[in-house]
Amino acid sequence: MSEAKVADKKAISKQNLEVDQQQETVGDRFCKNPKMTMRNVNVFYGEKQAIHDVSIDIAKNEVIAMIGPSGCGKSTFLRAINRMNDTVEGCRVEGDIKLDGDNVYQKNLDVVELRARVGMVFQKPNPFPKSIFENIAYGPKIHGLADTRVDLDEIVEGSLRKAGLWEEVKERLHQPGTGLSGGQQQRLCIARAIAVSPEVILMDEPCSALDPIATARIEELIEELSQNFTIAIVTHSMQQAARVSNRTAYFHLGKLIEVNPTEQVFTMPKHKLTEAYITGRFG
Amino acid sequence: MPKMSFENHIMKQFDEELEEIRTQLMEMGGKVEQQLKNAIKAVIKADSSLAEDVIREERLVDEMEVDIDEACILIIARRQPAASDLRFIMMVTKAVNDLERIGDEAKKIANHAIILSEQDSLSQGYKEVRHLGSSVSTMLANALDAFARFDVEAAMSTLEEDAQIDLDYKTALRELVTYMMEDPRSISRAINILWVVRSLERIGDHAKNLCEQIVYVVKGKDIRHQK
Repeated sequence: MSEAKVADKKAISKQNLEVDQQQETVGDRFCKNPKMTMRNVNVFYGEKQAIHDVSIDIAKNEVIAMIGPSGCGKSTFLRAINRMNDTVEGCRVEGDIKLDGDNVYQKNLDVVELRARVGMVFQKPNPFPKSIFENIAYGPKIHGLADTRVDLDEIVEGSLRKAGLWEEVKERLHQPGTGLSGGQQQRLCIARAIAVSPEVILMDEPCSALDPIATARIEELIEELSQNFTIAIVTHSMQQAARVSNRTAYFHLGKLIEVNPTEQVFTMPKHKLTEAYITGRFG
Repeated sequence: MPKMSFENHIMKQFDEELEEIRTQLMEMGGKVEQQLKNAIKAVIKADSSLAEDVIREERLVDEMEVDIDEACILIIARRQPAASDLRFIMMVTKAVNDLERIGDEAKKIANHAIILSEQDSLSQGYKEVRHLGSSVSTMLANALDAFARFDVEAAMSTLEEDAQIDLDYKTALRELVTYMMEDPRSISRAINILWVVRSLERIGDHAKNLCEQIVYVVKGKDIRHQK
């Protein structure tokens, strides 16, 4: 190993040590009228602890970005919010996660209903192997949101419009969703998430498989959606976090290091680990 | 508070680019400082050839400004700097502007030095130029020194020097008016001196700006326009 690399390793392990010493998250974690509250959340994969004592609020209609190096736990944390981790073998979540004051991990809670209220968009667009129309209509049908065909048509058109896809697909609603371009597929997935009238939309690196133009469309969409929805987005692109979010949360080795207004995080971060990450000093 | 440093970017090239910009800015600062000293000396010694050097070399300062600005634009386009890197780049683009303006003022002083050297050799006004020139030179040197070390405390104490310079400037104006009232033949000369002290006062303002930018780059605090 070269000398420089050894020095880098040393610097990084020194930084790790400093995280352990710094227990408190820096910045404004809590807000006045939170849509979701997370308190002392710990997530384990078997013996391994992936999230350490994270407490944070997500405000109504805000866009919060979660950033951090690979393996820092940001996706794990996002997936804990709507219990996507339930399907992962050996995954255990401790602490309180509340949506409008109700614990999402309470025993008698209907997880399917929870995920309708807290929707999710993934890294890779994953439309059902069905028509564009059916992709959108599926959710409202199983949730009983549409009684008639007219209702359903309305929901499909409304969702596609909100996702900025209507004009592009209105002539071919009955063709397969998988035939669309990557960016269109991702907007289809967002339309599908919107169709069941969620309150919160979680996005796990929604643009990392898309080209810059498709990415810009999604980012534009996020801005529009924030009028009606609360959005939490995990992203590898710091510029994306800077562009779309109101607040930015920085995760490092499973800990929430800093939460602050985005304009502050990118000009004057409070914690030196945040500074090191966003200036490209380690990753 | 994160310490100012250009090191440890994953892309080593970025470290080098920032360091290069810093070096260039220090060179420009050094050049401007020299220009100011020479311009003041040219007035006091009635040395028109030294004044001509100052005027000629102002072009070099302008070129440095353009080069550094271009380097900053490239970094913004290619690296999308954030946090301290971003503050540093923004600071540099403002600092080169202030340095270039100091260079302009030094050139103006040199122009007046030539005119003064061609006039009769009365000594009225030299005392004011020497006194104000020395405090302004010191302030500029301190500001550049604070920048070289990203020293906020030095920057804060240096920017306070500007208040004294403003007072000295007013005193100099009063004295020049007195000379003019005492002897109308001195008016033309006193007006030239007046332009010189005016330029010196302006240089003090630019040095103050530099100090404010140092505070911004290190602390992230904008202290401009505060009473």
